[in-house]
Amino acid sequence: MKRFSPALLVIYPLLIFFSIVTLVPFAWMLCAAFKSNADFFNSLFLPQGSGFLGIAWDRLTFANFSKLFGELGMLRATMNSVFLASTTALLGTIGGAMGGYALAKFEFRGRKWMTRLILGAMVIPGPLLMAPGYQLMFNLGLLDTYAGMLLPAIAPAFGIFLFRQSILNSVPMDLIEAARIDGAGEIRIFATMVLPIVRPMIGAFLMITFLGTWNNFIGPQILFQSPEKFPLSVAINSLKGVYSQDYGMLMAGTLVSIAPILVLFLMLQKEFIAGLTAGSVKG
Amino acid sequence: MSKSRTPSITPWLFLAPFLVTFAVFTIYPLSQSFVLSFQQTFGPRSTVPVGFENFRYLFTDPLFWIALKNTTLFTLGSLCVQLPLSLGLALLLNRPELKGRSLFRLIFFAPSLVGLVFVGMIFSLIFEKRTGLLNVVIHSIIPQFPLEFPWLQNYVMLALIIAALWLYVGFNMIYFLAALQNVPGELVESAGIDGAGPWDRFVHVTLPHIMPVAGFVVLLSILGSFQLFELPFVLLGGSGPENRGLTLVMYLYNTGFVTGDLGYASAIGWVLALILASVTIVQRRISRKGEE
Repeated sequence: MKRFSPALLVIYPLLIFFSIVTLVPFAWMLCAAFKSNADFFNSLFLPQGSGFLGIAWDRLTFANFSKLFGELGMLRATMNSVFLASTTALLGTIGGAMGGYALAKFEFRGRKWMTRLILGAMVIPGPLLMAPGYQLMFNLGLLDTYAGMLLPAIAPAFGIFLFRQSILNSVPMDLIEAARIDGAGEIRIFATMVLPIVRPMIGAFLMITFLGTWNNFIGPQILFQSPEKFPLSVAINSLKGVYSQDYGMLMAGTLVSIAPILVLFLMLQKEFIAGLTAGSVKG
Repeated sequence: MSKSRTPSITPWLFLAPFLVTFAVFTIYPLSQSFVLSFQQTFGPRSTVPVGFENFRYLFTDPLFWIALKNTTLFTLGSLCVQLPLSLGLALLLNRPELKGRSLFRLIFFAPSLVGLVFVGMIFSLIFEKRTGLLNVVIHSIIPQFPLEFPWLQNYVMLALIIAALWLYVGFNMIYFLAALQNVPGELVESAGIDGAGPWDRFVHVTLPHIMPVAGFVVLLSILGSFQLFELPFVLLGGSGPENRGLTLVMYLYNTGFVTGDLGYASAIGWVLALILASVTIVQRRISRKGEE
């Protein structure tokens, strides 16, 4: 039996209070997404009435969602987000694992220098590249194309760094040497021996890249000009400019944008947190 | 490590995707950014060399100073509110006998999954006058508090700090929690047996152990806060009344992509990079001294 600590009498109420404060904005958004504009002004959370728990359930509506996906074409933006985030995650993970493997398990001239370059690349602030990056995309004819988002994400320095750490810590050199003696090709060793061992890091990096791309705003905002290419982040912001008074619909759009991420997180939270803290605690 | 007998070209092939994309999409624009900062441009095509004019103008540009002031205020404000609260939550959760620990951790962490754009959307409604959740709740607790309290008009910085607090508190907490788990429990206990109170135990035993991580979290927060853009951009639909929500990156964005002067935007970018580099160097110095 664990000892009962009187401090818990203070800690639980505090934790519950902060939990409520944290969850209320989510609840507010969720309620607003299913309310008409009239009910948005009349009720704070759910409209009051004579239904179960004193709530007018019958006044809740899917109208905001049908407007979003009907006349406003939000399905297209959702598909764009799914496509960009999953492709970026996949490409970045492959490129990151490849680079990390090279730095962790090969001795070659310039390895130290390359490792330093990777570390240096991680500290270049993104905003510095905004203006010249736009000019480059213009010159390459990549403005307003998906390729303009995907190509720069092929082998992120952060991914190479994380995979380097992970492969250094978990892949034994003997294993690779033995496979080489058996005559296995380099690509086969990488794909069938190294990758399976660093599976947790693959999961973690897929997740953080997916999340980062899904939530990215400034990149697609600068790159895309045609509304049919907008991901959710850009589409939602442009909706706000036009329909600033349509509160229910704006919250429905926000709900659609963050629900997939929250669901994904609930399913894979271990990978998520491992990915977020991997760079700092281990490194 | 034994010497590898494979031809030395193999590692370079594995690094090729990085080398090619890094050269094209980072090194080249980085060097162009330098070139651009000595030019004035009208869109991406027409450029005029202006020498040091961009940098000279920057120092007399009232909008730049407003942006710098706002960004610094936001950074200091969020540091002072966010980090103590993050550490506090981590300390509350760092008890093995606590039931529902992982549920609480999950709840506090959930907001950090929400992108800044979407946080801006939610809070633009929460901060509304009269109908906004925040004013309604505060008014019902303190009737003197006006329902018309103008968060997004006159208290922009405070509003930004509150929204960022909701977003980042749980994220920083994860780092502190990881650091606290590395504090040897026997050390804390033996200090307690020696008669040290909870505060003394925290200051003399726990705090020194989590200092490296705390330094890292402080650095991460400063670097992130100085690049604030989406939150005010969406929350205020721009820079807000009298540019009260104008940040450095927003000014860079407006200059480059609304006015179309990529040259001046690059100059702003270099000043921002210089600020971030100085902060990083100072933090490194301090944390190294702490380790000695």
